[in-house]
Amino acid sequence: MIKARVTVTLKNGVLDPQGKAIEGALGTLGFSGVGHVRQGKVFDIELDHDDRARAEAELAAMAEKLLANTVIEDYTVSIA
Amino acid sequence: MKAAVILLPGLNRDRDMIAALTKISGTPPVTVWQTDTAIPDVDLVVIPGGFSYGDYLRCGAIAARMPVLDAVRRKAAEGVRVMGVCNGFQILLEAGLLPGALMRNASLHFVCREVKLEVANADTAFTRGYSKGQVIRCPVAHHDGNYFADADTLKRLEDNGQVVFRYAEGTNPNGSMHDIAGIVNEAGNVLGMMPHPENLIEAAHGGDDGRALFESALDLAGVAG
Repeated sequence: MIKARVTVTLKNGVLDPQGKAIEGALGTLGFSGVGHVRQGKVFDIELDHDDRARAEAELAAMAEKLLANTVIEDYTVSIA
Repeated sequence: MKAAVILLPGLNRDRDMIAALTKISGTPPVTVWQTDTAIPDVDLVVIPGGFSYGDYLRCGAIAARMPVLDAVRRKAAEGVRVMGVCNGFQILLEAGLLPGALMRNASLHFVCREVKLEVANADTAFTRGYSKGQVIRCPVAHHDGNYFADADTLKRLEDNGQVVFRYAEGTNPNGSMHDIAGIVNEAGNVLGMMPHPENLIEAAHGGDDGRALFESALDLAGVAG
């Protein structure tokens, strides 16, 4: 079995109101020196085979077709 | 003119939309379920608002991958008028039928109030019942209506007159770029808009500013062009 992680983040230049709010809240909690905060999503995905090359292709297709909205988001795939 | 309303789990403005279409056209629309693979012969397909699939993953993301959206895509390619309101707009964007994306409101708050809309293009199948520059009232109710597109897409939308509704007079409720409230595709037969025209069609609503949109889309008498 392959365990993989797909990380989806907003593209540079896309405004992230939620990240801004988190940034503000960290400041309120007393964490000083916090720069920009950007919010994203993490998907842990199990595949029921051991073919890494196939897994890479499948995970990229999953990210392109559903997990990320490539108008506003980038993604990275890592396989454990 | 016959209309179809697409039904998906989690939508909640479907009954308002069906009531508006029935009252304005005199004929109830047919309803089409998410797993249906074909849409009957109609002239207008409407995806109403709500929270399809609980807004999981991204607003409209799951709905846009259901079989019925392939049928909507085929209708749009044939030139049939397609209209998405609120979550319906989000679904059309996720399905790639319209350009851009709708982000969380800049205020991070859900907004439920009336706004003013400027008709930016009155030469579309959906807006010819209005005049260019006309300001109409319309309710909004959403958490993710903050329109975003890259600079090239925005320029193309503006150059082609694809922006049809803009929030007017400082009423932009969500931070949308260029005050965009509604856009059409390049062919002009697919409309997406965040505000709810179906909720302002008769005196009981306190006004009927939304009515001309449906009269235009349904080719009803009294609409020029």
